Amino acid sequence: MSQRVIASTAKKARKLSAEEIAEIEHEMTLYPDKKAVGLEALKIVQKSQGWVSDESLLGIAKYLDIPVADLEGVATFFNLVYREPVGKNVILFCDSVSCWIMGCESVKGHIKQQLDIDYGQTTEDGDFTLIPVPCLGDCDRAPVMMVGPDLHRNLTPEKIDSIISDYKNKQG
Amino acid sequence: MVTKPLTKNIDMSRPPLDIAAYEANEGYQSLHAIAKGLSPEDVLQLVKDSGLKGRGGAGFPTGLKWSFVPSGDNSPKQKYLVVNADEMEPGTFKDRLLMEGDPHLLLEGMLIAAYTIQASKAYIFLRGEYTVSEQALRKAIKEAYEKGYLGKNILGTGFDLDIIMHTSAGRYICGEETALLNALEGKRANPRAKPPFPQVSGLWGKPTIVNNVETICNLPGILTYGVDWYHGLTKGNDHGTKLFGVSGKVKTPGCWELPLGLPIRELIENYAGGMQDGLELRGFLPGGGSTDFMLPEHLDITLDYDEIAKVGSRLATGTMIILDDKTCPVGMVGNLMKFFAHESCGFCTPCRDGLPWVDQIFRDFENGLGSEKDLQILHDHVTYLGPGRTFCALAPGATAPLGSGLKHFKEDFEKHITEKRCSYKH
Repeated sequence: MSQRVIASTAKKARKLSAEEIAEIEHEMTLYPDKKAVGLEALKIVQKSQGWVSDESLLGIAKYLDIPVADLEGVATFFNLVYREPVGKNVILFCDSVSCWIMGCESVKGHIKQQLDIDYGQTTEDGDFTLIPVPCLGDCDRAPVMMVGPDLHRNLTPEKIDSIISDYKNKQG
Repeated sequence: MVTKPLTKNIDMSRPPLDIAAYEANEGYQSLHAIAKGLSPEDVLQLVKDSGLKGRGGAGFPTGLKWSFVPSGDNSPKQKYLVVNADEMEPGTFKDRLLMEGDPHLLLEGMLIAAYTIQASKAYIFLRGEYTVSEQALRKAIKEAYEKGYLGKNILGTGFDLDIIMHTSAGRYICGEETALLNALEGKRANPRAKPPFPQVSGLWGKPTIVNNVETICNLPGILTYGVDWYHGLTKGNDHGTKLFGVSGKVKTPGCWELPLGLPIRELIENYAGGMQDGLELRGFLPGGGSTDFMLPEHLDITLDYDEIAKVGSRLATGTMIILDDKTCPVGMVGNLMKFFAHESCGFCTPCRDGLPWVDQIFRDFENGLGSEKDLQILHDHVTYLGPGRTFCALAPGATAPLGSGLKHFKEDFEKHITEKRCSYKH
């Protein structure tokens, strides 16, 4: 993972869309304090934009009346909030202990070779981003990884090839 | 007689039971018992009598935990129940099965727990990556509202309950209950100082109970079939059944609901099918990544909280990770250290700076650069990151596989130093 320091430097907030605001407003009804929905709002924006830009972060902070630094603190704390653009499909690759024992290193090597990317990188065509993820809780079918919301199990280099081509075909 | 109360409805080859099918198989009977006059005090006594211990890792008696919540007219009106569904302990894959397989069991358990402590709001703190669990639970929650089992004045009892799904975004530290509460409040998930304990001052300063998914799923059985039945399930000292998992190079890795108290050998050899051909058992972590290594000589010890504690480890999550003789123990411990270093919340210095240091030393060992001095530094960290030296239990958890690994696999560490390489790689 890249170690660069990321901090919001946006001067101007992005105006949140009506859909984003509707979803954020719904979340606000579920908590006694609107500051509690910071993470939810980041996820809502990420769902519509693909990632959370500085301008989006500022937009959310203003909307929820949370200090930018506090929201940035939350955004950078969680593994699944992307503060940099990602590809169309994010591969969350499990390299925790059971997957490691079951040979995830060679599977990862194969992905790296096929897509020509390492952790934290996106393919040139913008189709895939590869990110390591802690134990995905499916250890009896290790090695495993997620592509977007889908879990893929009992991975082998051969299986990786067909998964990659499936996602490429899906996009057309 | 029901012998597998946690998984009796689970068949992963089909979708989970809907509310009608769940009820047809004795589901939600506890709620009807409550509607017929079972008081919160009655339920608390039943859960205390059952001897249920928390299944999230710490093994704390559930009834005792609940009893710390202030009750009566002078207690705060708003109380909260939070279900810890942020399963992320390395090698642990049990709560996923319960939520994907039988979501109504969790909701029924939550109703029981919330009623006992008189909480009108309950949050499910779900791991963001568990997308299938999320869908199953959302559907079940909708069904329960439609049926009048959630919402206002449930079955005429005057008891209200709303269940709210919160999907997290991936941090192991959220499994620590006070860190989880901070995350729910929209803050960075740093653990809080204790006391005050969440039972007295938790979510937004209100009395809060945080229980693990599997713990909650034990409750419907206790109320439906009774304490005597519950006590009859076990083969050992601790009560009830438990989900046990085995991962690593065994023939048939998996997760099974079994009585507490079975010998470890039975789990590994009968259920998991024994080691894959050509491999020998070298050791195992009995309950996830933050437990101490156990050895083949411990196979006849029973799967009980106290029995496993006697040999210096913990039953914890009950999901075992197997180390075989062709896998490098130094590499395995190193993998765990990388995880703990990454997942440290960064709040307290020994954990934030110590774990990456340990992680770097393991990388050096891997690359043939380890020295005797490094080995001493690792030993020092077992002491300096141990219980009582850090703000929460994350770093002490890391010292469990580290300390026991250094002890049991000493010759492997030495060999990495003398041969300047990892001899398991070809």
